[in-house]
Amino acid sequence: MELNNSKPKRITWWQKNQIKISPWIFLAPGLIFFFIYVIAPIFVSIGISFYQWDGLSPSIYVGLQNYIELLDDEYFYISLWNNLKWLIFFMLAVPIGLGLAIFLNQIVFGIRLIKSLFFFPFVISQVVIGLIFTWFYQPNYGVIAPFLDLIGLEGFSILANEDTATYGIIFAGLYPQIAYCLILYLTGLNNINPEQIEAGRMDGAKGFHLFWNIVLPQLRHATFLAIVVTVIGALRSFDMVAIMTQGGPYGYSNVLAYYMFEQALSEYGYRMGYGSAIATVLFTIMMFYILFFIYRMYRNEREDNN
Amino acid sequence: MKKVIISLIMMFGIISSTSFAGTLVINTDTSDAAPKEAFEYIIKKFEEENPDVTVKWNVFDHEGYKQSIRNFLNTDPPDVANWYAGNRMLPFVRAGLFEDVSDIWKDSGWVDGNLSENMEHAKKSMTIGGKQWGIPYTYYQWGVYYRKDLFTANGISVPTTWDDFVAACATLKAAGITPITIGSKYLWTTAGVFDYLNLRTNGYEFHMDLTLGKVPYTDPKVQAVFDKWDELVKPGYFLENHAALSWQEALTPMVNGEAAMYVMGNFAVAPLKEAGLRDSNLGFFQFPEITPGIPMAEEAPTDTVHIPSKAKNKTDAKRFLIFMSRADVQEEINKILGQLPINKNSSVKKGDPFLAAGLNMLNNAYAMAQFYDRDAPAQMASEGMKGFQEYMSNPDRRQKILERLEKVRQRVYK
Repeated sequence: MELNNSKPKRITWWQKNQIKISPWIFLAPGLIFFFIYVIAPIFVSIGISFYQWDGLSPSIYVGLQNYIELLDDEYFYISLWNNLKWLIFFMLAVPIGLGLAIFLNQIVFGIRLIKSLFFFPFVISQVVIGLIFTWFYQPNYGVIAPFLDLIGLEGFSILANEDTATYGIIFAGLYPQIAYCLILYLTGLNNINPEQIEAGRMDGAKGFHLFWNIVLPQLRHATFLAIVVTVIGALRSFDMVAIMTQGGPYGYSNVLAYYMFEQALSEYGYRMGYGSAIATVLFTIMMFYILFFIYRMYRNEREDNN
Repeated sequence: MKKVIISLIMMFGIISSTSFAGTLVINTDTSDAAPKEAFEYIIKKFEEENPDVTVKWNVFDHEGYKQSIRNFLNTDPPDVANWYAGNRMLPFVRAGLFEDVSDIWKDSGWVDGNLSENMEHAKKSMTIGGKQWGIPYTYYQWGVYYRKDLFTANGISVPTTWDDFVAACATLKAAGITPITIGSKYLWTTAGVFDYLNLRTNGYEFHMDLTLGKVPYTDPKVQAVFDKWDELVKPGYFLENHAALSWQEALTPMVNGEAAMYVMGNFAVAPLKEAGLRDSNLGFFQFPEITPGIPMAEEAPTDTVHIPSKAKNKTDAKRFLIFMSRADVQEEINKILGQLPINKNSSVKKGDPFLAAGLNMLNNAYAMAQFYDRDAPAQMASEGMKGFQEYMSNPDRRQKILERLEKVRQRVYK
């Protein structure tokens, strides 16, 4: 005993810190790539926004010039305003998805097939949806042309009109987004506690009351997720705009994401600095939202744990 | 391990050394059928004539090429790349990415005759800072394509003056036919109309001054162009909803006999004929005179080949450029392309009335403009064409649009 005590086993530094270090080793590959491909580009991009650069010639430092110009740029405000329209009207996907989910949440023959068919729009590529809706909207010979004729709008082109183009694109964007929200709510409905509904029924709740006070609160997580993906979808609405209008007519259906692309990378663009300035503004808007989202998540988790 | 590294080094050594010896790398954007066939022909013929050279040819997608050329000129330059004349090549020339080929223009050795003489009319659009930066090999005319049968049915003869032209539009409109079709979704078609109105109202020199940024967009002469444009836009002589249509989609009303004219480039003839129009009912005329006495300049965009300044095999690349400038080669490729050769000793495909009319028109042209988006810098062109499209939908916003374009001009050209 004494001998053992006098010669304590040597514990290496590794053995002492193994538990602390090993998670970082496992995380390292992911963290390194996250840093290289996500974090670093953000700062590089913010850096470029202070330069005037066409991607070929040497860049010239211009300070805040790009941002000052942005403040005086009509198209920037149009894009910002359109982003807001997207945020508001894209939200329709959430209640519509919920409605469809409740409608489909029943046990009849073949419901699985019907559910998957309703989910189908989300599986189709956005590009294909954009293209097909462009054909729908085609004046005179598109699918909706006869209906427009009925209400006296003969030969009206939704995508060529500066007032309606954005709404036309949002409508097309809703088609897959509703399916996405639908699937979120369907999984949410699966997890609803039937005992609570029974209890509610016994207490005399039915119809809308039952839905609003018993079902909806239990769908809180699904609702939260649906809103999050819809907001992100609205802010990064790029592919639909690119396919359906290229921001046209004359820039009136532009959104920030597409305007950034147009300025920095399109055939006539190559204003890397200006494009980066737009990207930085878009990033700032998203950052506010993401911080709020993370804060909510953090708070929810603490509530759940308590 | 050491052995592996050594053998790897040796392998790379072999690869790179073989790629030096007589390999000519050519990048082109000729993904469409006819241009692809033309380049297949050129490369085959070049290899036959130069058995010591092996050509490695990379075809890029036509649209994607505009992005990729910016990358490959820097990182992985070929020995020859195709591009466009005028201001379109300015960014690459300025960044030092294109090789100065003035020596080919001066004395090309095996070209029959002097290049500067044979391609005199195209030299200007290949020149930046007094030097030539590439070789042009094809071009095509712009003008008005029209339905002959609709003109005859309404008693209209081909207009040569502005008044006749406007009167023809009025007659067609009264007969329930859209006088001029246009699809402006991708913007550039509007620039064709603007360029012609400008060339005819103010002349070639003013067109160049404007695209070079020397004149403000609020200038009375620009206003005069829009005054003429008003005469067509305000009575509704252009196709409705043009902003929703691509240029190809706007061909449909013309094929169906619902529209009579299209201000377009010669490349529109092929799809129109494919859709069923024939030489008997499809015609071409020169854009009519507006200001009497102003010499008639035309739009004739030119396609070109260049040597990247970082190319590895410049000797063979120059041989290829000289080869591309030869009269017999240009004759053959333009027969395949259905376009016009630059070298004036080449003859034009026979039996094509559109090419014959185009050649005749361009041979008598006072000067040739490349097109708004090739003569003006890209940033100016994109804002300008957006403005033209907005104007065509809202002619009453003219002043606001011109003021905005002036703001852009001051930024772009400073």
